[in-house]
Amino acid sequence: RCGGLLVRVPPLPAAGCKVSLWDSDEPIPRTDLLQGVSGAHGILCLLSDRIDAEVINAAGPNLKVISTLSVGFDHLAVGEIKKRGVRVGYTPDVLTDATAELTVALLLATARRIPEGVEEVKNGGWSSWKPLWLCGYGLSGSTVGVIGLGRIGLAIARRLKPFGVKRLLYSGRTSKPQAAEVDGEFASLDRLVSESDFVVVSCSLTPETQGLCDKALFSKMKKTAVFVNTSRGAVVNQEDLHEALSSGRIAAAGLDVTTPEPLPTDHPLLKLKNCVILPHIGSATYSTRGIMAELCANNLLAGLTGSAMPSELAL
Amino acid sequence: MWSSWSPLRRLQRIAVSASRPAAAGNNNYIGGMQRREQSALAHRVYITRKVPPEGLEIVRRCGRVKFELWDSDDPVPRDELLKKVKGVDGLLCMLTEKVDAELLDAAGPNLKVLSTMSVGFDHLCLDELKKRGIRVGYTPDVLTDAVAELTVALLLATSRRLIEAAHEAKTGGWGTWRTLWLCGYELANSTVGILGLGRIGVAIAERLKPFKVKKFLYTDVAPRPQLAEMINAEYVSLEELAKQSDFLAACCALTPETQGICNRKLFSQMKKNAIFINTSRGGIVNQEDLYEALSAGQIAAAGLDVTTPEPLPTDHPLFKLKNCVILPHIASASYTTRNAMSALAANNLLAGLRGEPMPKELEL
Repeated sequence: RCGGLLVRVPPLPAAGCKVSLWDSDEPIPRTDLLQGVSGAHGILCLLSDRIDAEVINAAGPNLKVISTLSVGFDHLAVGEIKKRGVRVGYTPDVLTDATAELTVALLLATARRIPEGVEEVKNGGWSSWKPLWLCGYGLSGSTVGVIGLGRIGLAIARRLKPFGVKRLLYSGRTSKPQAAEVDGEFASLDRLVSESDFVVVSCSLTPETQGLCDKALFSKMKKTAVFVNTSRGAVVNQEDLHEALSSGRIAAAGLDVTTPEPLPTDHPLLKLKNCVILPHIGSATYSTRGIMAELCANNLLAGLTGSAMPSELAL
Repeated sequence: MWSSWSPLRRLQRIAVSASRPAAAGNNNYIGGMQRREQSALAHRVYITRKVPPEGLEIVRRCGRVKFELWDSDDPVPRDELLKKVKGVDGLLCMLTEKVDAELLDAAGPNLKVLSTMSVGFDHLCLDELKKRGIRVGYTPDVLTDAVAELTVALLLATSRRLIEAAHEAKTGGWGTWRTLWLCGYELANSTVGILGLGRIGVAIAERLKPFKVKKFLYTDVAPRPQLAEMINAEYVSLEELAKQSDFLAACCALTPETQGICNRKLFSQMKKNAIFINTSRGGIVNQEDLYEALSAGQIAAAGLDVTTPEPLPTDHPLFKLKNCVILPHIASASYTTRNAMSALAANNLLAGLRGEPMPKELEL
C-alpha cells in the first residue's frame, strides 16, 4: 500500500497506487497536510508546501520519496530529508524555456513601459503620436548582466543576444564553460552591477543569496538600469528596492517573485509606475505545466519502486 | 502638452539659444539666422513638431536655414499648418500630418523637399509629390531595432498574459502558486508567420529564433528570397500563413492592397490558439472583424500597437476584451531611436535643400 498527498495537477498516471488528493486549486492547510501525510510512502507537493522536519516526522518511517512540481527546492528541508534517506524528485530543464521566455517578456515589458502604455490607452492619456512620449530603454547596444548563469540564466542570455546586446556579463561562484556560447564574460558582482544596463537575477535561493540585492547593490547600479528578478523573492531586499526605484537610483524593475507570495495589495512596490510585478507565472504555459506534472509523477513512481528517477535531486 | 521628461526639455532650452521670442500664446518658435543675416540664399523651413534635440540641433547649426517650429509635443492644427507652410523651401513633418494636394498647394512652388520623421509614408500623397518634383526623405533602418524589439515585447506580453497577470497582482486576484492559473502559449516548437517580409519582419524573426521557434513562414506580394534566406523562412500564400501560424505578426506597409487585409476571412482561417500581432499600421486590420474573432474564440489573443483611429476612443469594444492588448503606437519609442530618427530627418531635409543626395531618400 502506498499513499500520497497530491494537489490538483493535470491527469497523471497512478499505476497501482492508493492516492489521496487535496482536490483544490488552493493550498492544503497545514493541519490537513500533517494529518494527510501520516503513513505515506510518497508525497507529491508544490513549491507553496513547506516540507520540513515536522511534516517528515508526521509522515513517519514509510516515507521514501518527495516529488516537487518545481525546479526550486528552497521549500524543502533538504538536510532533514537526507538524514532520513528519503529521495527527492524535481522538475529541472522542462521549465527552462517557459521561464526564460517569461523573464525576457518581463524585461521587455519593464524596459519598454508596456503596462504604462496599456494604462494610458485605457484611461484617455493617449492623444496622438509624440516624439518623446513613453520612451523606454532598448537592448540594442546595451550591456546585460545575469546573476547566476545556470540553465535558466543561460537560456535567458541566448534569447537576449539577437536584440543587439553588445556585452553579456555574468556572475556566480565559478565561471562556466557554457558561457562561451553566448560570449559571456565572467565578472565580479560589483563589476556586473556597475556596468550593466539590464541586471537579471537568475540564481537559486540559498543562505548566500538571501537578501543579495540590497541597498548596497542598487547604489552601484546605473541610474538608467533596469532590474529583473524571476528567481526567488527572498534574493531581493524589497524595502531597499522600493527606495531605489522611488528615488530614481535605478530606472525600473520587473519582478515575477516576491516576499511574501502573494504580495499584499497595499504593498508600496505595487504603487510604483516603474515597477512591474507578476504573480509568479514563470513556468505558466499549458504545455510546460503538463510536462512538469508528468515528470513529477514519474519521479514519484520511480521513487516508490526504488528505480532510477528521470530527475532526481542530488542531496 | 509639453515634454514629460524634464531633463530633455532643459537640454532643448540650452541647445536652442536666444532668438526672437515667440509671441505670447503662440507655439511657434522661430530660429536659425538673425534677421540681419537673412539673405536670398536662406532656405525657409517649417518643422511641424518639437522634434528630439539631436535633429533640432542639426537644423539650428545650419547657417543657411531659417526655421520655424511648432514648439509642442502635440500635433500642429491643420489650419495653422496650412498658414505656416506658405512659401517654405522645406518641410519636416511627423506621421500625423497628411501631406496632400491641399497642403502642397498651400506651400506653393518653393517647396523642394519633404522630410518625414517616420519609415511609414501612408500619410504622404506620393503622386502629388512626384508631380511637383518634390524630393522625399524618410527614416528606415534607424528604427528597425526598436520596432522589432517592441513587436516581440508585445507578442510576449500577449501570449504570456502579462497585462492580465499584472492586474491580478495589483487587485488581489493573486492567491498562492496554482498549476494552471494564467497559463499562456509558448514560442517553443511553434510556427511563426510574418505578413510582409521587410527589414522589420526579418528583425522580428531574428529575435524570435532562440525561443526555439520550429518554423518561420512569410507571405508577401512576391517571394523575397534574399530576406527569407536570412531567417530560413518559407514563402506561402496568405491563406496558408493563417492556417499554419501559431503566432502571426503583421509587418507590411499600408497600401491600397493591404488595407483591411486582416479581416473575417483571415481570422476564420487561423488556429484557435493563435496569437495575432500588428505593429505596422491600423488600416490593415478590420477592427470589427477582429473584435468578433477574439470574442468568439476564433483566435486566442491579439496585440496591437497601431489602430484606427489613433488614439483609439476609450469606449471602443476592443477594450472590453481581456485577450486584446493595445499600446499607443510606441514601437520606435526609445530615447536613442527617436533621437536617431530626428537626426536622420534633419539631415535628409538639409541635403535635399542643398540639392545633394539624401542619407535616406524615398523613391517616388
